Amino acid sequence: MNDMNDVLKRKNRKYNFGFIDENSKREIRRKILKAVAIPGYQVPFGSRELPIARGWGTGGLQITLSLIGPDDILKVIDQGCDFSVNAVNLKRFIQKTTGVEITEDTLKATIIQTRHRIPEEKMGENQILVFQVPYPEVLRTVEPSEAVTREMHAEMNYSKLWVYLYEEIVKWGEITIGARYPVKVNGRYIMDPSPIPRWDVPKLHMAETLYLFGAGREKRIYAIPPYTRVEPLEFDDFKFNVESFDGKACSLCGSTDTFLDEIFNSETGQKTYICSDTSYCSKVSARKKVSHE
Amino acid sequence: MSKKKILSVKDLNLIHGKKPCGRCLELTGPEVESNICPVCGSIVACADISFDLNEGEILGIVGESGSGKSTIVQCLYFDVRPTGGEAYISCFEEGKVNIFSESSQKKRYMRSNLMGIVYQNPQRGLNFDFSCGGNIAEKLLMAGIYNIKKIRDRSTELLTKTEISTERIDDPPGNFSGGMQQRVQISKALANNPAILFLDEVTTGLDVSVQARVLDLIRQLQRQLGISMIIVSHDLRVIRLLAHRTIVMKNGRIVEMGLTDQILEDPQHKYSQLLVNSML
Amino acid sequence: MGYVAVKGGLEAIENSEKLLDFFRLKGGSSPVQVRQIQEQFRLAVDKVVGEGSLYAPYHAALALKQSEGDTIEASFILRAFSSTISRTHYSLPVKTTQMRIIRRISAAFKDIPGGQYLGPSRDYTQRLLNFELDSENKSHIKRFLHESELEYKKLSNEDIGMFPKVVDLLRKEGLVIDSKKQEFEEPFDITREAVAYPLARSGRLQAMARGETGGMLMIAYTSMRGYGDIHPTLGELRVGYVPVYINKNGEEIYAGEVLVTEAEVIARFISKDKTDKPRFTIGYGFCFGHNELKAISMAILDRTMQAEKPKVPAEDQEFVLSHIDGIESSGFCAHWKLPHYITFQSDLDRIRATRKKRGGDE
Repeated sequence: MNDMNDVLKRKNRKYNFGFIDENSKREIRRKILKAVAIPGYQVPFGSRELPIARGWGTGGLQITLSLIGPDDILKVIDQGCDFSVNAVNLKRFIQKTTGVEITEDTLKATIIQTRHRIPEEKMGENQILVFQVPYPEVLRTVEPSEAVTREMHAEMNYSKLWVYLYEEIVKWGEITIGARYPVKVNGRYIMDPSPIPRWDVPKLHMAETLYLFGAGREKRIYAIPPYTRVEPLEFDDFKFNVESFDGKACSLCGSTDTFLDEIFNSETGQKTYICSDTSYCSKVSARKKVSHE
Repeated sequence: MSKKKILSVKDLNLIHGKKPCGRCLELTGPEVESNICPVCGSIVACADISFDLNEGEILGIVGESGSGKSTIVQCLYFDVRPTGGEAYISCFEEGKVNIFSESSQKKRYMRSNLMGIVYQNPQRGLNFDFSCGGNIAEKLLMAGIYNIKKIRDRSTELLTKTEISTERIDDPPGNFSGGMQQRVQISKALANNPAILFLDEVTTGLDVSVQARVLDLIRQLQRQLGISMIIVSHDLRVIRLLAHRTIVMKNGRIVEMGLTDQILEDPQHKYSQLLVNSML
Repeated sequence: MGYVAVKGGLEAIENSEKLLDFFRLKGGSSPVQVRQIQEQFRLAVDKVVGEGSLYAPYHAALALKQSEGDTIEASFILRAFSSTISRTHYSLPVKTTQMRIIRRISAAFKDIPGGQYLGPSRDYTQRLLNFELDSENKSHIKRFLHESELEYKKLSNEDIGMFPKVVDLLRKEGLVIDSKKQEFEEPFDITREAVAYPLARSGRLQAMARGETGGMLMIAYTSMRGYGDIHPTLGELRVGYVPVYINKNGEEIYAGEVLVTEAEVIARFISKDKTDKPRFTIGYGFCFGHNELKAISMAILDRTMQAEKPKVPAEDQEFVLSHIDGIESSGFCAHWKLPHYITFQSDLDRIRATRKKRGGDE
């Protein structure tokens, strides 16, 4: 037992590239392939233990780690921001175990891992966007049992979710779902797009980029392959709509076509708005500065 | 009345038991007055069930509890899976495909678009977490109607037809009386103009006066809409009031089938005679 | 710009980590030795090896030091650590009849073959705060150990004997159901395979052996109080060391021994049909370390989850098993501290739109 302790106690133990062992990575990649083959279908997988807490992006992280190679260029965002504490923490971990290049530039990255946002700049065919997912099951709102929801998906029995939307309209005159707006993928599965704002939902439709979704705690992987139909659930006479920022602009870069964070200035108490996608915001600001000069 | 068949059932049976011995059918039935197999203990819920339902017809199924009458309806509505037999619906795949052999997705389509059901217990037919309108909407949404105005209009129309104040469209059915819940169930069942409507002991447990109103409503609706119906009841009075033709069941088997008037006036089977006599 | 963490995330994290050490050490007392935790915070260590699902008491003690005594956090650290170690072998099934016992009781029979063995237990202590512990010092410890050495010699003596299991006595009489069939199946591994419900019993037991004590106790207690009572009797509770063997090229090799707790509850009897003779059902609990509440709770839940048609939460596999893992539940609970600016912005948009619909101001 003492020998064992010595082995385990060794400092500076070398971790495998990407932390997860190669066999596990391979299994996760197989599950990703299955997910790509059945757009919107939640593929169960044997979620691995990581030194990052469950609920903090372990699903996305496992996808990123099993896909990433030494030549990849990685960007990690949380709430659209490269420097938010959780994004920094994940980046630190991935870089420690892979040594890959990190970027803040959406267009330069080959893999972007995100929580709650799709970048404002349009991503291309050679990129992958990995979403962190807290609730993979879109039907959980109307049905708590996993065994039942899997059957509902199999039978395309989505009436309960539709009635939920109907009742929302009857009660509130509006569908009150903010983020995590349910979408139908490829005309078959209804899917939870992760807690992205409705603002980002249209970007899922016929995109050039491969979108991968990972839920570590709930042990599910799903995907939207490039050029796939993705439609938010809506009624003929109650159309899906995105968040309204009418008459508002980013106080830093002046953009009027981005998703804005509402902020209370700590000194004046005044409400202002800034872009949630911070790297895009800096790009626009820089561009304006140049054109000014 | 046209004689076009809408539903045709052949040799339907359902045996409950982990390992039926193979002799269950010959060892049970009205002759031995039992539907429990003496060899293996399996329960023959129904067997040798063959009949047709014509367009615009009301077919009654009468029998004591445990006679297998509800089982037939539950099989046809895919609530339970029969152990044998076939059924064909004329408006599904031109009546050429045995509906029991279809995928659960197709079965769901049939339930949503071609059938309606009203159960004895409204808890089974209605979702008490939804509003009354939401329950009707569910049926319409299942059939692919994604238009709030159309859904509201149709629900209002159905509630009016079933004599429920349209002001209560957004109330949960839990706040309603038993008779009203039954009428909401009927509204829901009728939402998609189903080809076939199943009514399973719909008036059992209701006050006599409420019973009369519900039965009256069913009769009216049938006249207006010409829907084909199968009505299951242990009460011959209900059958007499509604059914054109009647099936009498005992111990999981059909013992007699014919025009309702004929059965009432001149019952052939010993059990039918008992049933008719007890009603008088 | 206050709380809005636009930049400087990395700096904040690093400072926060430093502060953890500061708060741990600012009192200036002498450092807690890992060995002290391993020996004197025995039950905390046992909780961590179980919930962290890695039998490594030293590492568990270290994790407890690192986490300032937070057992869930320590279990998390231990689990993350275990994922970096490759799995070279699967052990052969341990035989608890070979257990070197430190404690063994039965609530079913007054006298059992081998006898009841109270062992170290707080069950019959009066829970009075012991102020003498405050002045405990090395010479006290020395004297105590010297005095008790003779008395407790038995404990370290190998030939204390192995005991037959109480449930086996009933099994011989044919009074309990035979679950032998399942025992020969290759166990399900929830850490490698995707869990789907219903889950095989081996997977259920594995999930519970890794479960969080408090969570399991809570759900088991719902059954004990009456939400699906299984009428349990504690057939046997044993705590002790079991030898672990691995199979190497067909040869059984001794790998060491682990301290475990095993509980078997005898529960409500059943029969297959009207003619079948009734038999008691059994609930089984087993976990790393000395953790009696967990083993008993596990045994209760093992039995409740055998219900064919779940009627109450404790009988519902999916309900129980998806909520007892301490690492998962604590991680998710903690995630609410992460920024949710985007989703909340979305919610603000919805509440304003809805208020507008109802007329007047947003």
